Amino acid sequence: MEAIYILWLRELKRCARSRAQIIASLGQPLLYLLVLGFGLGPVFQKAGGGSYLQFMAPGVIGMAVLFSSVFSGIALLWDRQFGFLKETLVAPVPRIEIMIGRTLGAATTSMIQGLLITAVCLVAGFRPVSLAMVPLGFLFLALIAIVFAALGTTIGSSLQDMQAFPMVMNFLVLPIFFLSGALFPLDHLPRALGIVTSADPLTYGVDGLRATLIGRAHFGPAVDLVVLAIVAVILLCLGAWRFSKIEI
Amino acid sequence: MIRVQHLVKRFAEFAAVDDISFDVAGGEIFAFLGPNGAGKTTTIKMLTTLLPPTSGTLEIDGLNPTEHQHEVRKRFGIVFQDPSLDQDLTAWENMDLHGVLYHVPRKVRRERSETLLKLFELWERKDSPVKQFSGGMKRRLEIARGFLHTPKILFLDEPTLGLDPQSRNQLWTHVKNLNQTEGVTVFLTTHYMDEADRVAQRIAVIDHGRIVATGSPADLKTQTGKESLEDAFLALTGTAIRDESAGSADQMRQVAKIWSR
Repeated sequence: MEAIYILWLRELKRCARSRAQIIASLGQPLLYLLVLGFGLGPVFQKAGGGSYLQFMAPGVIGMAVLFSSVFSGIALLWDRQFGFLKETLVAPVPRIEIMIGRTLGAATTSMIQGLLITAVCLVAGFRPVSLAMVPLGFLFLALIAIVFAALGTTIGSSLQDMQAFPMVMNFLVLPIFFLSGALFPLDHLPRALGIVTSADPLTYGVDGLRATLIGRAHFGPAVDLVVLAIVAVILLCLGAWRFSKIEI
Repeated sequence: MIRVQHLVKRFAEFAAVDDISFDVAGGEIFAFLGPNGAGKTTTIKMLTTLLPPTSGTLEIDGLNPTEHQHEVRKRFGIVFQDPSLDQDLTAWENMDLHGVLYHVPRKVRRERSETLLKLFELWERKDSPVKQFSGGMKRRLEIARGFLHTPKILFLDEPTLGLDPQSRNQLWTHVKNLNQTEGVTVFLTTHYMDEADRVAQRIAVIDHGRIVATGSPADLKTQTGKESLEDAFLALTGTAIRDESAGSADQMRQVAKIWSR
């Protein structure tokens, strides 16, 4: 247990020490929030969707958590490059503990990012409809973080170096974001798009956040919770398996 | 303590380690010498559970590293050839993390970290992040960290690479001391023949993945009829300079070659 804790703590320390990185990672969600939020706001309003900023804020929070958790999971590759990974792999600690410590650390740091962007959303004018539901929203934030940190760990364990990173970014992370319903409502979608979006785990995360923060949901929080929990378990197992296969 | 029989490791078609056998007795200081790319590090990786062998048998304290990974990991400590520190953590945090991973009790961990950081003259910089350290300082920290827990077997893979004579002297004194007082078995590689001559009780020379000679430093000198271990080493392995291969890019090229056939 102590090993899990110290590796978790390590991720937190590293995160706290790279403030520039934290600020940089807030840039993209901010751009979406402000440019799209205010830019498409009037059209969305006219179409009868209500406030676009209000609608989009949970999506942007989900986005921030998605990006930072996948990236901190993949940061495993840097550890491989800088050699620290070896140090942990020869230690008399079961690999599953190392994987859990890292993944929980990655999830925690990305939750912090999610909370930061939530604060920015509040400043921009976003208002949760019910304070009582906020803790449940926090649970969804945590689930998104765990799901995608585990995904990051899985990818990081399966790659040899950072060269495949742009591919992961363009063919996995960005599609996960764009197909999640973070930017548009899921009702009345073309059939094909509807199917793809419902296969995207982030869809359920964003839907859960919307259900709890703005009281508007497509699947409903119960479905979201179950799907996310199942995906989290599957990805954690997959990540643990890939991690156990790492060869230096 | 270490028993290796008919050990083979192939990467694609290239045999990095090609049927080697040797024994290291408990409490022995054993030097594993060879030119670049001879298969030293690959052998160490297999002994330390990082790589599975292609064939052959390995035993660490009577246990097979591929099957009883966890038990084997409890028995050894290692100083790697290439860096393995966390650059964003401080020297102290790196030591502490290592201590936790190796289950060193908190109090012992703190006392030892202090002693070792002082011994390798890093105490004043203990709270600086490692990325601000010079190459020599990083190397010293790796070594100090390797001594934090007392294993049964200590692997030192070119530990003195890039160290000044003072630190080298400090290192070998410490190694000998550990060997004598705690009975730690030491398995080391180095390119400095004088070090091997001074420290090692027994030597194996490996070249092109095969062991070409074993014996005490004196044995190797008489075997080759040379005055110094360096000359004996050159007589055994020739004077041609080797390519260091089997980096990830090289391995990829190997794979690409096979696919294009």
